[in-house]
Amino acid sequence: MTAIEVHNLTASYDRHPVLWDVDFEIPTGKLVGIIGPNGSGKTTLLKSIMGILPIDSGFVKLFDKPLDDVRNRVSYVPQRQSVDWDFPATAMDVVQMGRYKKGKLFGRLSKLDRDIARDALKRVGMLEYKNRQISELSGGQQQRVFIARSLAQQAEIYLMDEPFVGIDAASEAAIVALLKEMRDEGKTVVLVHHDLHTALEFFDWVVMLNTRLVASGPLVETLTEANLRQTYGGKLNLLTQIAHLVKSQEFPVREKEMRD
Amino acid sequence: MSPDFWIVITGILVAVNCGLLGVFLVLRKSAMVGDAISHAVLPGIVIAYLLTDSRSSIWMMLGAAVFGIITTFFIEFLHRKARVQSDASIGVTFTWLFAIGVILVSLFSGNVDIDQECVLYGDIAYVPFDLFFLGENSLGPAPVWMGSINMLVIALVVALGYRGLFLTSFDTGYASSIGLNTGAWNYLLMGAVSLTVVLSFNSVGAILVVAFLVVPPATAYLISKRLETMIASTVVLGTLSAVGGYLLADLWSASISASMAVFSGIFFALVFGYSLVGKKLRKRVHLSES
Ligand SMILES: Nc1ncnc2c1ncn2[C@@H]1O[C@H](COP(=O)(O)OP(=O)(O)O)[C@@H](O)[C@H]1O
Ligand SMILES: [Mg+2]
Repeated sequence: MTAIEVHNLTASYDRHPVLWDVDFEIPTGKLVGIIGPNGSGKTTLLKSIMGILPIDSGFVKLFDKPLDDVRNRVSYVPQRQSVDWDFPATAMDVVQMGRYKKGKLFGRLSKLDRDIARDALKRVGMLEYKNRQISELSGGQQQRVFIARSLAQQAEIYLMDEPFVGIDAASEAAIVALLKEMRDEGKTVVLVHHDLHTALEFFDWVVMLNTRLVASGPLVETLTEANLRQTYGGKLNLLTQIAHLVKSQEFPVREKEMRD
Repeated sequence: MSPDFWIVITGILVAVNCGLLGVFLVLRKSAMVGDAISHAVLPGIVIAYLLTDSRSSIWMMLGAAVFGIITTFFIEFLHRKARVQSDASIGVTFTWLFAIGVILVSLFSGNVDIDQECVLYGDIAYVPFDLFFLGENSLGPAPVWMGSINMLVIALVVALGYRGLFLTSFDTGYASSIGLNTGAWNYLLMGAVSLTVVLSFNSVGAILVVAFLVVPPATAYLISKRLETMIASTVVLGTLSAVGGYLLADLWSASISASMAVFSGIFFALVFGYSLVGKKLRKRVHLSES
């Protein structure tokens, strides 16, 4: 089944296109990386999928339906730097936002809602920090709070913008493990990511972007030297190395696929 | 009731009304929008006066409220569509509208009974004399009535819109991802600010309105861990500033409005000092823990 279908999408700022005729599909149950250099339109792509930015042409379907029909099944995690972490709110306040729904903004949160928020914080290992003001958390902990809010939405598709930027190794490991768990539960998890090295370790599927779509598909077939060159331009040395890594036998992705 | 009682009540009403909305302005980093609106409504007041040829506050307030919304609209337009930085678009909008207002006043002040003083600088000291009559009976000062009705409106907006305002102030991207119309929430807030600024303006004057809009919320921001706490502290700080300012003015026979504004500034300075010391202490504790 198709989780996300992006069809001939063009989006622009001030009539200057930053996504041009982008067209791809993502199947359900995959851990997907959207990769591309800075300014290649990754954030814009996520925002267009979530209807936050108006698009010039094309359309997006989620589970074969327009966004408005399936909003409750999709969760969006903005880039951590896009909000003010000095805001007067505790970790729990932020996670409980995951239970707010359009048209359900009034009244008390139910016991169930509060339990769901609590479980989400627990799952990212942040329950003991629930009453901390968010400004008193480290970058990695803030990111985990954001992911907990997303978990509290109990969605089926998760779109996360650069969740590994500026976080500590422990948080990164915890988040990677969690994302794999979510994938194994059948969720579709899409990450914007720019560190190619770690990309190799856990994505099943990649979408390679540089204003236009370069390639999209299963990691091993898609992350080729030619595609990397087309996505990133120069920096050949590094790219060649990575392409070889992908092909090499010891690479964990291969092992995993043999097991499957 | 003694006249002084009404002055203090009016001060508290304005402090609480402005403070409740100011909390969200400060959190959205658009505190100065309140200042902009309070100046930019001038043409609205003058036009309403010229059109209706009456000094009835209802028309002037309507005119002002309309211009408050226009101000918000201009600021948003310049910022989003013309890509002017947000502080610059605030500056451009309100100086321009205010200047038009000043020109209108000077053009027409020759033949009509209107001047900058009466439009711009209401004074809280006159509150007890601005009585509201129903037939022959005085029902007390009009500003107290207006402030109370205003408070009702704001309480409704904040109580019913709490989560919407919280979400759209903290994380607009996420708010629109769950389907909230972030633009509409912004206009709701700015509409409430325009109305409140104009109503309060009339009773206590421009400077005190801007002070109450910004200073108590900014003070509360320094000491609050949660939004609810920030709102509650703002209400307390605003009330104390109104009462304290009144007492100060009485002691020094100074301007009441100015004393209230000064008092809120004193609270800010105290809290700021306290929070600096607190931060140092906490750092020391963290260090000794690790
Ligand atoms: N709000 C904006 N206004 C104008 N241009 C923007 C805006 N946001 C992003 N851009 C431009 O659009 C392009 C794509 O940006 P973005 O989607 O953020 O890329 P990425 O997330 O891949 O780094 C960049 O060239 C950037 O400068
Ligand atoms: Mg980005």
